[in-house]
Amino acid sequence: MTTEGGVQYSKIAEIKGPLVVVDDVENAAFDELVEIETTEGERRLGKVLEVGNGKAIVQVFEGTTGLSISGTKAKFVGKVMEMPVSKEVLGRVFDGLGKPKDGLPDPIADKFVDINGEPMNPEQREYPKDFIQTGVSVIDGLMTLVRGQKLPIFSGSGMSHNLLAAQIARQASVVGTSDDFAVVFAAIGVQYSEAEYFRRSLEESGALKRSVLFLNTADDPAIERIITPRVALTVAEYLAFDLGMHVLVVITDMTNYAEALREISAAREEVPGRKGYPGYLYTDLSTLYERAGKLNGRKGSVTQVPILSMPSDDITHPIPDLTGYITEGQIVVGRDLFRQGVYPPINILMSLSRLMKDGIGEGSTRADHSEVSNQVYDAYSRAQEVRALAGIVGKAGLTEIDLKYLEVGDTFEKEFLTQATDENRTIEETLTLMWKIVSKLPKNEITKIKDKYVEQYYKEE
Amino acid sequence: MAAQGRIVWVSGPAVKADGMSDAKMYETVTVGNSKLVGEVIRLTGDVAFIQVYESTSGLKPGEPVIGTGNPLSVLLGPGIIGQLYDGIQRPLRELSKASGSFIGRGITTTAVDMTKKYHFVPTISNGDVVHPGFVLGTVQETDLIEHSIMVPPDHPGGVISNLVSEGDYDLETVLATVEKDGQSLPLKMYHKWPVRKPRPYNKRYDPTVPLLTGQRVIDTFFPIAKGGTGSIPGAFGTGKTVTLHQIAKWADSQVVVYIGCGERGNEMTEVLVEFPHLKDPRSGKPLMDRTVLVANTSNMPVAAREASIYTGVTIAEYYRDMGKDVVLVADSTSRWAESLREMSGRLEEMPAEEGYPSYLASRLAEFYERAGRVKATGSPDRDGSVTLIGAVSPSGGDFTEPVTTHTMRFIKTFWALDAKLAYSRHYPSINWMNSYSGYLADIAKWWSENISEDWFKIRSETYGILQREDTLKEIVRLLGPEALPDEEKLILEVARMVKIALLQQNSFDDVDTYCSPEKQFKLMKLCVDFYNKGQQALKEGASLSDIRELGVVSSLLKARMDVKDDEMPKLDQLDKDMQEQFKSISGVKVSN
Repeated sequence: MTTEGGVQYSKIAEIKGPLVVVDDVENAAFDELVEIETTEGERRLGKVLEVGNGKAIVQVFEGTTGLSISGTKAKFVGKVMEMPVSKEVLGRVFDGLGKPKDGLPDPIADKFVDINGEPMNPEQREYPKDFIQTGVSVIDGLMTLVRGQKLPIFSGSGMSHNLLAAQIARQASVVGTSDDFAVVFAAIGVQYSEAEYFRRSLEESGALKRSVLFLNTADDPAIERIITPRVALTVAEYLAFDLGMHVLVVITDMTNYAEALREISAAREEVPGRKGYPGYLYTDLSTLYERAGKLNGRKGSVTQVPILSMPSDDITHPIPDLTGYITEGQIVVGRDLFRQGVYPPINILMSLSRLMKDGIGEGSTRADHSEVSNQVYDAYSRAQEVRALAGIVGKAGLTEIDLKYLEVGDTFEKEFLTQATDENRTIEETLTLMWKIVSKLPKNEITKIKDKYVEQYYKEE
Repeated sequence: MAAQGRIVWVSGPAVKADGMSDAKMYETVTVGNSKLVGEVIRLTGDVAFIQVYESTSGLKPGEPVIGTGNPLSVLLGPGIIGQLYDGIQRPLRELSKASGSFIGRGITTTAVDMTKKYHFVPTISNGDVVHPGFVLGTVQETDLIEHSIMVPPDHPGGVISNLVSEGDYDLETVLATVEKDGQSLPLKMYHKWPVRKPRPYNKRYDPTVPLLTGQRVIDTFFPIAKGGTGSIPGAFGTGKTVTLHQIAKWADSQVVVYIGCGERGNEMTEVLVEFPHLKDPRSGKPLMDRTVLVANTSNMPVAAREASIYTGVTIAEYYRDMGKDVVLVADSTSRWAESLREMSGRLEEMPAEEGYPSYLASRLAEFYERAGRVKATGSPDRDGSVTLIGAVSPSGGDFTEPVTTHTMRFIKTFWALDAKLAYSRHYPSINWMNSYSGYLADIAKWWSENISEDWFKIRSETYGILQREDTLKEIVRLLGPEALPDEEKLILEVARMVKIALLQQNSFDDVDTYCSPEKQFKLMKLCVDFYNKGQQALKEGASLSDIRELGVVSSLLKARMDVKDDEMPKLDQLDKDMQEQFKSISGVKVSN
């Protein structure tokens, strides 16, 4: 039987996990959107994962609980899943599938956009190089964020990554510009309190009216999590490339996303890659992360700060591992520093911003930035080695210069790294603190900075 | 007769079509109403299994599949240099004209501008007998590239007639016809070649000439030869891409093919933005005038990753056949392996390790075997080379995973990137204990003839210091540095000097980014001299802190950034200062 815009099939052959197999399918397309109607008249959404030989395998976003073989109907909608977008989405709260969650009506759509997006043509990308001042010294000084970058936060359960992400969202600004900016926040399977913390933080800073929130909390359907980042990024791209806004996208927690993907892969009985995650996890993650960027001839930008919690703090776990291969660096939250009560507890040695080199220097931050940051990294790395050594041989076994490095390590953590959650430091303040650290070293230990900068900024105490 | 079938099944990049009994393995087909490009990878009865090089979203069973009769091929002719291609040789600039900032589907373009005129200078005459590989004449493709127009390798050859005279012609002009057995075959500026088939050559040479990259840890410690193979594995954040970019920028080859296979979009953009502004250190011309980019970024269709590798290497072989040294950089071969894994999974093949197909090793072997320094076929004599450098992205940074272990079997230079070095900002983070080069002995001759007879000896001494440090570090870790006698502490000091002054290199520093062979040798010799003088001074009674505080130490550590390639006398002066300063401290203690 045929109805408007599609065909109705009542024959469901099989229901397993999040998947439904529909029989007698004649005119369905790969990736097509499917509406599923239960016996009670409830409507759910799904998409075609595989089609052929009269069958379609459909993934149901809201889960298959309560579906029955006999009473359930599937309707192929004739198009892929789309998100209605317009300027009115600003200030709104949506669920994980992009439906309003704030009790207000659907925003009037300016257009409907395929949530999967299309790959940006590398030839049309504009290379990101505008420095974003986050006001967090360790980020601005040592792992600078630039507009159009994707820089994830690798954290572990219970640590202060949400505080940090919220602080970045509140404080991020590009010095000397007054362009429109917006925040898109996507919560994927996180606890209600975490999503609420973020919302409140945006509200208190007055940024909520420039924000769009997509919330899939821990008690929402798991398979919906496949969609949440895609609708969020679709809105972000619209705001950036159609309306010319600079959009910061915060997604938390990507680990829950990957687990939803694994659930579907397992239900399809695919050959697994590492730790049961599908072999295409890298490709799938890239279709999200690569949606950050800037385009030639367009004003806006999409900057992504995805958050993921590393299972057992293991950076070699497939999720952080494959993420790190796609993103342009990573900010790693360290358990040791967190235990010592340091905020933000960032392990700088494992952290990195690949686009930093182009976002700093004369004209954006300061000419000595790159070299002084190399020296701080070097000094802190030496300090860590000396600390390990001191743990074995005691301070008495250390040389004079080793002791200097111990002091450098302490100054770094107490004065530079440590910062209040509402403390917004300028890049000048950050650089001054970096020189303070470097100045603890005798001049002949400074091997990474040109003499002219040493003469200008080095201040022996 | 081209096959004409219908789609029966779609799942991601994999499509099955029936009615395809006329299709051949690896034939390209157009898939669906939107005419997507695909390739036949399995035939069962009249059902063809097709990998599609474009997104299959919206594709339906019942849509047509039409064979082209040809295997996946690239167009070879002037106009390739300076292009940014996708995996199947479509220029991304042309794609953006058709579909804007995002990549659309089913767009057909030509790989080069067929209407552009090049100034053709014939080098043969009517009546000459030609065979495959013979050069008809040349055109100037870019300021840097003189492009030889060759008789295609699969051409039967024959007698030249109707040769055009010197002048400006476009790619479709018939430059000459070849008469053979009563047939008349046209020759144009371009021909097509199937990407999976290596181009023939006359004979292979041993790789004995170093490929100079201007990177000290590579050229001096773990060199690669022209026509050689190398691999650079490393966890994320260890600086793979920066190192590969450095090689692409500074390698002393005439052509560079850079393949971004399943990597970041911004990295290709970076090359596109940066290379036109960078000057080749030897010719002073923009680097883009010798570079071809092939980009299939991570979010572009997965099946085209494999195509991007073959497209790149076929272009490299084409320029090799003109007698040029070509470097091909593939970042990253792991992403190619993953796309093989994905297709293999959809074909429901029995997986080998970690889900990779059992033919992974043979595919890697076939790829790396396309490297080599060769004498090209045909006349005049031309020697060219293809150097293949592949990045590997081992999951979790674990070098025992299948792609790394299989790659190691087929390459001779191994640059092991080390996360620990990267964490301490020692870049390039090539670990000097785990890396190796199988070309060292072969190319030592070049260094001794061109730079210094002592090169091999000094290099061995320097490497010896690093090896001793590696052993001593264990003791220091347990007992602290004070447990060592002064001679051994000096080893630690000099090893640190070697690491900072020689092994580390700042690719973002204007001076340090490229280091000439002369400077490499001089810096290395200064370190070894410092070590020998230091040991001597200790014997004569100087203390370690005397040596450590010599003024020359900090000059030496910064010489890589302070001394430009054309300022070698400064290093000689540094050498003199060092001699003087050592004299001063040796004297003091002896007189006490």
